[in-house]
Amino acid sequence: MKAVTVVDLTKKFGDFIAVDSVSFDIEQGEIFGLLGPNGAGKTTTISMLATILSPDSGKAVVAGHDIQKDQPGVRESIGIVFQDQSLDEELTGWENMDFHGRLYRIPKKIRLERMEELLDLVGLTGRKDDFVKTYSGGMRRRLEIARGLLHRPKVLFLDEPTLGLDPQTRNYLWDYIERLSNEMNISVILTTHYMDEADRLCDRIGIIDRGRIIAMDTPENLKEMMGGDVITVRSPDYHGHIADLELSWIEKVESYDGFFSIALHGAEEHLSELIRILVERQVTISSVSVHKPTLEDVFLHYTGRRIRDSGNGAKEQMRMAYRARRHH
Amino acid sequence: MDVIHTIWLRNVKRYLRSRSRIVGSLGMPLFFLIILGFGLNSVVTIPSVSENYVEFLVPGIVSMSVLFTSIFSGVQIIWDKQFGFLKETLVAPVSRIEIMLGQTFGGATTAIIQGTIILVLSLFVGLNVPGIGGFLIAFGFMALVGVGFTSLGIAIASRMEDMNGFQLIMSFLIFPIFGLSGAMFPIESLPPMFRSLTLADPLTYGVEGIRFGLCGVSQVHPLTCFLVLFAFSTVMILIGAFLFRKVKM
Repeated sequence: MKAVTVVDLTKKFGDFIAVDSVSFDIEQGEIFGLLGPNGAGKTTTISMLATILSPDSGKAVVAGHDIQKDQPGVRESIGIVFQDQSLDEELTGWENMDFHGRLYRIPKKIRLERMEELLDLVGLTGRKDDFVKTYSGGMRRRLEIARGLLHRPKVLFLDEPTLGLDPQTRNYLWDYIERLSNEMNISVILTTHYMDEADRLCDRIGIIDRGRIIAMDTPENLKEMMGGDVITVRSPDYHGHIADLELSWIEKVESYDGFFSIALHGAEEHLSELIRILVERQVTISSVSVHKPTLEDVFLHYTGRRIRDSGNGAKEQMRMAYRARRHH
Repeated sequence: MDVIHTIWLRNVKRYLRSRSRIVGSLGMPLFFLIILGFGLNSVVTIPSVSENYVEFLVPGIVSMSVLFTSIFSGVQIIWDKQFGFLKETLVAPVSRIEIMLGQTFGGATTAIIQGTIILVLSLFVGLNVPGIGGFLIAFGFMALVGVGFTSLGIAIASRMEDMNGFQLIMSFLIFPIFGLSGAMFPIESLPPMFRSLTLADPLTYGVEGIRFGLCGVSQVHPLTCFLVLFAFSTVMILIGAFLFRKVKM
């Protein structure tokens, strides 16, 4: 049985289509990533799957429960870590866990055992009796993940799990997530706009942009599709004088605003030849870089934009402005 | 039941930990009690109720304390909304009514504790110790006032996005409810227009009920007080539950 099946899920906010006929499946035990810029519809998708929002059309089944017909069933079988913190800072880590366990009606004996076990797993045993307000950002996230696992969900949702954390903490967190998914064989759906995060953690990735899934595969396959290497040339006055270039070793040329990228195998051998051609054609070169294809290149290939350049959706902007206002 | 207990427990725990909140919210009722009580004690006598103004005032101040604490406890849901904790509760496989009742009983409990502290302190400023029965009656009315007004607070919080409107509620809801309640003066002494306002104020019946318990006399029959307050609390729970159901995550 699939852990999650999503068919043509759609959500509109007024005229704005936040999620546009999204479909995907997730296997049991798989880590699936929704990768895309802010405002792409990742959180909206997760919110529908977690029964927080109801879809306008389409269908989804989570752990065997239909998200519209059996909300309690879905809620019992999922764990969720929200993008914004959702801990009670005036309680200790232990009490936050205990509150959750009682809310999910886990019998006391089992509850206490699992709390010990999970706090140990995320490395918080030593701090369990401290108030959450004294925790660092990374500790809070770990506590939230442990809490989300307390009722043994079949599917765990992680919405931007490492947003706002420093690189070292992110690395730790990735290790934890990997270990959890291996040890407990639960399915994880995570959303992220960090390419390295999706690449490192996910078994499969759905790249989402403007409410649509535009590509879906394993990170390896997605990158493989781009060729062995990518040469990116920045050129302020470039107007396609190389798009017609036909050389045996060039697999693909893609032009963008102010730069173009060439997919090929064995970039190091061909670099000097490429530069000679560019000079002959009087293309101004402000920089050249050679790298293995990343998910960023994949995103660029499908959307013509970089993830970090992609403008926030209107709704996201409103939400962020709202958050900024109420947080001071 | 487990869920209601869980949410109740969290509220009570948080309350018992916030020493500054406990002490802070004792301040105003105590000032009222001492300044008004002693200031007016020698010039005011209230025939047919009490010869002693302090004694007359104590039930009013206890009610005030319960009123403030309970509305504030209800409105605290806004903090949970802002700090994100409400999401954790709302996404769990529990019904909204359970969450709302847990919150209501939690708020009512803290309000009763707060009222009891005032009550105990009042024993030192001249309240004659009533019998155990009297105390129980007073507690019963405190509980009803607490439940009713915590629900009102939840109803308000369900419609508010942030605490900006709280001052408005303080000025145009909480103070009028307290001021009109007959906590500080006998109902009969009011002009007819105000008297009907006072009789329309649910807190009046709380004050009178507690007064009956503590002083043994009241201006409204205690059974009437009980019925009115019981109806009020029930309606408030229903309204609170209805509005809380609509709260979006």
